Amino acid sequence: MTETFSSPKELSDSLAEVGYLADDHIAQVAYLAGRLEKPILAEGPAGVGKTELAKALAAITDRRLVRLQCYEGLDETKALYEWNYKKQLLRIQADEGHDWSEIESDIFARDFLLTRPLLEAIASPEPVVLLIDEIDRVELETEALLLEVLSDFQVTIPELGTVTASSTPLVVLTSNNTRELSEALKRRCLFLHIHYPTPERERDILRSRVPGLEAAFAGRIAEVVGSIRNMDLRKPPSVSETIDWARTLLALSIDTIDTDSLEGTLHVLLKYQSDIEKARGSLGATVSGPAR
Amino acid sequence: MNRLFVEFAEELRAAGVPVSMVETIDAVRAVTEIDLSDRSALRSTLLATMVKDVKHLPAFDIVFEVFFSNAPPVGTDDEPGQDEGSSASDTAQPRDTGDIDELLRESLLEALERLDLEELRRQISRAVDRYAGIEPGRPVGGTYYLYRTLRRLESDSMAQALRDALGTGLDEDGDPLDGRLLDEDVERRIEMLRNEIEADIRRRLVADRGRDAMARTLRQTPVEDLDLMHASRQELDDLEHAIAPLARKLAARLTRRRHHLRQGRLDFRRTVRASLATGGVPVDPRFRRRRPHRPEVFLACDVSGSMATFARFTLLLTYSLSTQFSRLRSFAFVDSMDEITEFFGPGTDAATAISRIATEAKVVSADGHSDYGAAFESWNRLIGGDITSRSTLIIAGDARNNYRPARDETLGVLGDEARSVLWLNPEPRSYWDSGDSLMSRYGRHCDKSYEVRTLAQLEHFIEELVLP
Repeated sequence: MTETFSSPKELSDSLAEVGYLADDHIAQVAYLAGRLEKPILAEGPAGVGKTELAKALAAITDRRLVRLQCYEGLDETKALYEWNYKKQLLRIQADEGHDWSEIESDIFARDFLLTRPLLEAIASPEPVVLLIDEIDRVELETEALLLEVLSDFQVTIPELGTVTASSTPLVVLTSNNTRELSEALKRRCLFLHIHYPTPERERDILRSRVPGLEAAFAGRIAEVVGSIRNMDLRKPPSVSETIDWARTLLALSIDTIDTDSLEGTLHVLLKYQSDIEKARGSLGATVSGPAR
Repeated sequence: MNRLFVEFAEELRAAGVPVSMVETIDAVRAVTEIDLSDRSALRSTLLATMVKDVKHLPAFDIVFEVFFSNAPPVGTDDEPGQDEGSSASDTAQPRDTGDIDELLRESLLEALERLDLEELRRQISRAVDRYAGIEPGRPVGGTYYLYRTLRRLESDSMAQALRDALGTGLDEDGDPLDGRLLDEDVERRIEMLRNEIEADIRRRLVADRGRDAMARTLRQTPVEDLDLMHASRQELDDLEHAIAPLARKLAARLTRRRHHLRQGRLDFRRTVRASLATGGVPVDPRFRRRRPHRPEVFLACDVSGSMATFARFTLLLTYSLSTQFSRLRSFAFVDSMDEITEFFGPGTDAATAISRIATEAKVVSADGHSDYGAAFESWNRLIGGDITSRSTLIIAGDARNNYRPARDETLGVLGDEARSVLWLNPEPRSYWDSGDSLMSRYGRHCDKSYEVRTLAQLEHFIEELVLP
């Protein structure tokens, strides 16, 4: 776990080595999560690197990443564990004539258990990073399933007893904030709000992700994207879209960004027609600009 | 030291951030893991452990500033009080005050240009000494001193100077994009100046009045509880930003609640049919599905001067929830009713829609003062034939009729046809019927009247409307 890091600085340096540029706040929270053995609840707009953070943490700690993708209708048989009833049936049929109590104790054993991500993360002999992605998609009731795992790092299976983690997993939950999460869940987590990066940080991200990009040009790209984000759009460009855009510009060997080159490639950054038109409008409005 | 964090948590609670006991314990545990002299680490730590919602961030920042500001960067607050300016300023002391002003502005500009935070703070401290004229013990808010300082610094001309300095080498008729970027950059830097001045003033006020008194004056009302009618410009902006997430959450909640309410009465026929599979034993009872109640809504907003802000929020929120209604038609009126539904068609921008209402809708026929009676008459002409027993009429207004004939019987005629008539009044209930308010006269024809002064109340109203 992150005990191996003696300071947030060291943690953020290691993160940078695997290509994740964390700002001070992110590094500090990730460091604390390791120290206090508490889950991180990362919230923020889509595409600012919430999921990436979990992946990067797994990479720098040499841990396996166990991922639980949440969706509406997720239940405990998909999140925690399920009894492999087909195998249980076979076992019963194979043993016909035997004493029932013997069979019963037999079929409710570990061998007949299908582990799902949460149990897998807990039961894993070596420590893992558990990523619970888009937690805001599950119903409020399902959230409760997670509480035992998150605070005590254990799963209770009525037939088997309680499975306790042999090593504490590092848990990262992500949320796009489409609904209010329950107090109980929030209380158990360290809260980390990730916002769009500052132009300086975005420039560094671009440079580490897009090889062959010059510093000044990367800075310019970051500035322009920052300016577009200020526009009050339906979906502002995310960091990954900035990276795509930088790659596009590089591939088209465009090395200056002006109104023309921006307009030609705007569709890489913005995904709604109304946004594209709005951006065109307000970019053109600054001075002349083609009438549309 | 633990006491300090407990007090900090209490102050956060007072400022409207719900901090639980467990979270306070976490915070205290967490700070043992960090270097306490590192202020930004401390901020990150307390933020992560105690604040679990972004909307509480501004409140947290202010409380944090008040509690942990006693580690200012070099040279600022080492000598609190009025005479600091003269002793701490440069050795050269020009007689002419104009020179000092000029010098100060120049050094501020230079610091802003180079983004040298330390220097900027030092200069700001001098500027606040000189211009804010802080009087110890005088109970005014920090904003008063902030504006005083900004005015004396002539922040507008500073922005221009900064623009010139940063824009050197920029072609005047160059690309519009460059101009836009430059403007934003200047804006950001001026904002930074403003924030730093504000922080500096706050630090002084804390030193002067003590932490507790200061924290009390800084407490802010959460956005949802702001009074829509009396919000300041800044607060209105905040409200506007709160609308979209609020609508999204409300929509999600309504869908979820509907989900739960879906099961209705026992469906006997289907239960018997299903029981055949289990030899006639009704193992699996079947239920009728309830139809979701999606009202057909006619919304009329008073858009006269005094009511404009309120109407704006009602319209915005209702429109962002239009999926929740089977049909939504909206109307605006001052002394005459006009339909404005088309202005909010799919893909239109709320801001444009609102400005179109102001210019294109025919809401005034006489003198531009609210006349509910006349408005209802014209409403009756417009929609009289369209109202069915599924329609819900909603009127948003203060019922202040400027002493004109009430003609409330028209509302009664409309209401007889409709399923229900609801009235939203943005005034406190105690003001109803005072002066020219005819609330109870109109209220007689309504099924229910609501006091809706805040977003939270508006949200509550819509929830009740869709899930009766």
